[in-house]
Amino acid sequence: MNRWLLVLVLALYVVSLAVGPALWPWRLGNEVGWAIVWELRVPRATLGLLIGGALGLSGAVLQGWLRNPLAEPGVIGVSACASFAAVCAFYSGLAAAFTLALPLAGIAGAAIAVALLMTAVRAGTGTVSLLLMGVAINAIAAALIALVLASSPNPFAYQEISLWLAGSITDRDLRYLAISTPFMVAGALLVLGAGRGVDALSLGDNAARSLGVETGRLGLRLTLGVGLMVGAATSVAGVIGFVGLIAPHLVRAKVGYKPGATMVPAMLVGAALVLAADILVRLMPTAFELQLGVFTSLVGAPFLVYVVRRARSAWLAA
Amino acid sequence: MSRLAARALVCRRGPRTVLESIDVSFAADQVTAIIGPNGSGKTTLLRHLAGLDRAAGGDVALDGAPLGQLAAGVRARRIAYLPQGASVYWPLLGRDLVALGRLPHGADLGRPLSALDADAVERALRRVDGLAFADRTVDALSQGERARLLLARTLATEAEILVADEPVASLDPAYALDTMSVLRAEARCGACVVVSLHDLGLAARFADRVIVLAGGRVAADGPPDEALRPAIIDAAYGVGFRTVVLEGVTQPVAWSRRP
Repeated sequence: MNRWLLVLVLALYVVSLAVGPALWPWRLGNEVGWAIVWELRVPRATLGLLIGGALGLSGAVLQGWLRNPLAEPGVIGVSACASFAAVCAFYSGLAAAFTLALPLAGIAGAAIAVALLMTAVRAGTGTVSLLLMGVAINAIAAALIALVLASSPNPFAYQEISLWLAGSITDRDLRYLAISTPFMVAGALLVLGAGRGVDALSLGDNAARSLGVETGRLGLRLTLGVGLMVGAATSVAGVIGFVGLIAPHLVRAKVGYKPGATMVPAMLVGAALVLAADILVRLMPTAFELQLGVFTSLVGAPFLVYVVRRARSAWLAA
Repeated sequence: MSRLAARALVCRRGPRTVLESIDVSFAADQVTAIIGPNGSGKTTLLRHLAGLDRAAGGDVALDGAPLGQLAAGVRARRIAYLPQGASVYWPLLGRDLVALGRLPHGADLGRPLSALDADAVERALRRVDGLAFADRTVDALSQGERARLLLARTLATEAEILVADEPVASLDPAYALDTMSVLRAEARCGACVVVSLHDLGLAARFADRVIVLAGGRVAADGPPDEALRPAIIDAAYGVGFRTVVLEGVTQPVAWSRRP
């Protein structure tokens, strides 16, 4: 299955390079065509690939680790915290003065959320306290974002922030790619080696520990990995919801519900979903391009309802 | 020969002392039943024996060496633990669930099992008579069938010590008898089996030795006939027991609310 998913992702990547106001830009055969490819399409398609992969993988990790098929990168508050930090960068004018302030702030925000979550993991109080900590971080971040937006003296800043919050990978240049890629790759490498530990957690915390899994250390590793991936992704693209929720659902039955084996295909499906969504928003005949995050929510939320209704009660209730 | 031993083991939960200076050792080739009323410290003792909790005082030793000094992976190969009311969080295939018991030996569910691991899974399934439903997902199984697979998961590790916390708590008599037979067969093959039970009749029939816990202390420790005398268990449970002898086995029966 992974091989076919990889082919799908590569095909979508090529389509993403080709599609836009200028179709097949490299066929122009001149400098403008290549400039479109290298400066617009490559960063956009590559960000879509990496961010989608990071979100899909993060979703699979969180669902396996928290043993909850409804867990999502947004759930543990890392996206929200990264968003708040980025909003602060907008509001303070830092983002306008210095382009990289935005991604740097997002990563810092994610790091703060991860540090807070680590305290919950260190306390060893389990999944419930971690989820509750995520809920609290989400609530605080949402309230602070609202506060910043409400006190913004500049209506243009307000508009800019709202648009950014909706999530998009349009007009991100190679610098955004450069600053986010190392974090996403490092996070992915951290979690990809933890499949056996996540598998053991299918039996619950105690049984996993009796099988030799040091669950505290595993939790730290996964929290850090997810924090790096989601923080870096959110900082350059805003909030792209539901990808982390949907991608694992699409592949789970194919891998026999094994949480470790869900991770790589979920990463590939996440990349395919974001690439496909980003191609579709470019093709839709809207007055201006629909925000990617808005589109994934429009498609993702009904899909979630469908999954929940269809899900076998035995494992959804667990 | 004694394999696993609690030495002056003390455990506290907040201000409460759950276990007070427990000194017990467990031999290979034996089923040792831990009995006692709710809250007497059975689960806490088993968790310490399995190396999951750190003692407030004393220690647990495996062949004379403190368990705390053993690497988690080594401990997992030598001591298999079946938690109370064990659950499965994903609708895994029965065979995959049992294969989780091979994780301490380096198995990875993401890849095909090695011949050694696959054999161990097969053997474990056969021992619990679970081959018939090994290729179904666990959410499609009855509670009894799922409990068998969870027991098979514990057996698949092929550890020398098997710690099971109330493995028959929610099983019907047929499954309960089967589970106890499997545990006894493990002991006959050389394993050191420690099992907590609420059913004193099963303890009397299947255990080689019974330890009665009451208020975090060992109230009795010996062969079932000695440890399960009404004089001892009346005091431990605060219940009046009577006994019947069936096929030479003395069965305690809870008879009256007052001892």
